[in-house]
Amino acid sequence: MSVKKQSESAITLVCCKCGEEFVKASVTASYLGAEFPIELWKCHGCGVVYIPEELAVGKMLKVEQALEDK
Amino acid sequence: MPPIRKVGIKQQRVAVVGGGLSGVTAALELSAKGYEVTLYEAGDTLLSRMRAMGEDLLPQAVIDADLEPLEKLGVQVKLQTLISFNGGDCGIAELIEKFDAVYMGCGQPFDAEWQNLLAKDNLNRIQIDPLTYATSHARVFGGGTLRYSPAPYSPITSIQEGRYAAVSVDRYLQGASLLAGRENEGLCTSKLYTDISGYEPTPEVKASSADGHYSREEAQQEAVRCFPCSCMECVKTCEYLKEYGSYPKRYVREIYNNLCIVMGTRNLNKMINSCSLCGLCEVRCPEHVSMAEICLDARQTMVETQKMPVSAHEFALRDMAFSASDSFAMARHQPGHSSSAALFFPGCQLSASSPEHVQSCYEFLCASEPGGIGLVLGCCGAPALWAGRKDLFDASMQQLEATWTRMGKPRIITACSSCFRTLKEAKPEIQVQSLWPHLNHEELLRGKGNDNSTPYAIHDPCSTRGVEEVEGGARDLLRGMGVLPLELNPRGETTCCGYGGLACFVNPELTARTIQRRAAESTADFITYCAMCRDSFARQGKRALHVLDLIFPEGNDDAAARKDPGYSGRQENRARLKKTMLERLWKEGQTAVKKATSVHIPEEIVALMERRMILREDVCTTIEHAELTGEKMMIPGNGHLLACYRPACVTYWVEYAPANDTFDVFNVYSHRMQVR
Ligand SMILES: [Zn+2]
Repeated sequence: MSVKKQSESAITLVCCKCGEEFVKASVTASYLGAEFPIELWKCHGCGVVYIPEELAVGKMLKVEQALEDK
Repeated sequence: MPPIRKVGIKQQRVAVVGGGLSGVTAALELSAKGYEVTLYEAGDTLLSRMRAMGEDLLPQAVIDADLEPLEKLGVQVKLQTLISFNGGDCGIAELIEKFDAVYMGCGQPFDAEWQNLLAKDNLNRIQIDPLTYATSHARVFGGGTLRYSPAPYSPITSIQEGRYAAVSVDRYLQGASLLAGRENEGLCTSKLYTDISGYEPTPEVKASSADGHYSREEAQQEAVRCFPCSCMECVKTCEYLKEYGSYPKRYVREIYNNLCIVMGTRNLNKMINSCSLCGLCEVRCPEHVSMAEICLDARQTMVETQKMPVSAHEFALRDMAFSASDSFAMARHQPGHSSSAALFFPGCQLSASSPEHVQSCYEFLCASEPGGIGLVLGCCGAPALWAGRKDLFDASMQQLEATWTRMGKPRIITACSSCFRTLKEAKPEIQVQSLWPHLNHEELLRGKGNDNSTPYAIHDPCSTRGVEEVEGGARDLLRGMGVLPLELNPRGETTCCGYGGLACFVNPELTARTIQRRAAESTADFITYCAMCRDSFARQGKRALHVLDLIFPEGNDDAAARKDPGYSGRQENRARLKKTMLERLWKEGQTAVKKATSVHIPEEIVALMERRMILREDVCTTIEHAELTGEKMMIPGNGHLLACYRPACVTYWVEYAPANDTFDVFNVYSHRMQVR
């Protein structure tokens, strides 16, 4: 993944639809009826959330599998 | 003596009469079970018979150490206390009154009054049931020399009697059956099979001393002759059974427990879904226990109770749905015929692996068999069966049956072992035949094959294990070409390639090891007659051929090095097969297919997509969606675009960049969780 974190307060990603930058925001992750709040990067305009690869194939996958076995 | 731990405290009190081995054993066992135990001994010490053996043979200190647990468990020991009727310290009737149960581990009393309380046998001994150690009085149990004399004294027997009698006392006090489930207590014939072929026979060590006792060294030598008895015949041959560190008897219990969990984590889900259902364990097992049956049953239960992990089989079932869809499924009578004497059903995996062979086989069948050979492309539903999805399987079978009925209910000739088995088991009314005997024509086989200077090793697919029509049919073809393959195992004992049971989708690491283990059994190129087996070996870098590679060679390629087409390639091959067959044989142009977005995916990303179970089609759809809606992100550093799209239950992320008429793909990943 070529998305670089510049600092804790910004990443170099631009929403093509809105031309807005991504800001850190608290969003809700949900799977199989379970919900948890999580801090992620979100388009200031349309609200689309960016999910980095290492999160998707790492922690997120682990949580998905754990919930599937519940 | 093994450490004894007290489990729980019970209110009931037990009297044990006799401080010999059987009495001490019973006292320890019952006290450990939580009962309040009083042990009566008429003499000055416990285990006096042991103590009389002499200091050099059995030191007093060793005996004392073994008796320590009595005190730790709180057993009340009353020495010099004779239990009798005639003026002893305490009468038996009094004991029965004061205690909830009494164990008689003393020698045979010759006290007339016993007869009033306890019935005697024809040897004038107190009558004791040899299985439960019960006397005629419900509260009184007896064992040790009291029961087995005048047979010679045996310390082992005395300990055993004390132990088993304690089980009865406990059962009695718990209100449980004294008899239930005790058939295998004590000396019994074991059903345990142990392969001893690996052990050299060694003679019994004889004691050299005059008294017949072993010296320390002799005893050790004799003990060394003992090897642990275990069966493990199935575990030895199965990477899966080995993986979880135990053996079927325990697995069965663990699986059952897993299914019973209402709240909490079901840790065994992955294990249940990792069995390839190949059935080798059943063949190897002296008792014919089938883990395949157990795992399949468990999967069905998990589906029924909605406890099957949703991601486990979804990808495989999507692939099955593709094969059942219009993209692949079709049925036609042979061109120029309005009915079919038989239907060729190549199955979805041969079509996915080598569509050219499907075409060659079909053309050969049409030319060599009378009455018209219809062509049916589709899926037998095996993936749904393996996933425990009876609902999907039944629906798929219904669709296939409807096609078969519409085609006039002819024989079905299949090239796939899984289809062969699935159809035979689910629809016995359909006459299913293996393709192989149909290809056994001298003129087809002449001049084909190799010269055996580098022989092949034959790998049989597991779904038709031991089916002569298939296993023998394929060998006949090889023989017809003069090919004499090496056998990897006794017939009927083949292993699975890992696709079976959809194990490869749930546990790819285990599947890889299973295939590598099989591949390592011979350095020869493998020859098989299942497309899935061939491709599974190819995926792990093992050179492997399909029998059809020899019968219908394609150009001068090194067929044994042919790569596995991958999940996306498999679907494309199926779709192309249908299109080609319809155009070439039936002169039907298919309705215009929407032109797919052109993407360029480098090899390492294709490999990554295989591992992540993401199809080329998913990548195309995601890019199409992003380009159509403008919903995409830009990575300023390299100018790449990043799109995400969730067509159903999975969100796909694609990093890409437009390049002329196509899109270059740089990365692909997915997740199932939704984020808002
Ligand atoms: Zn936006």
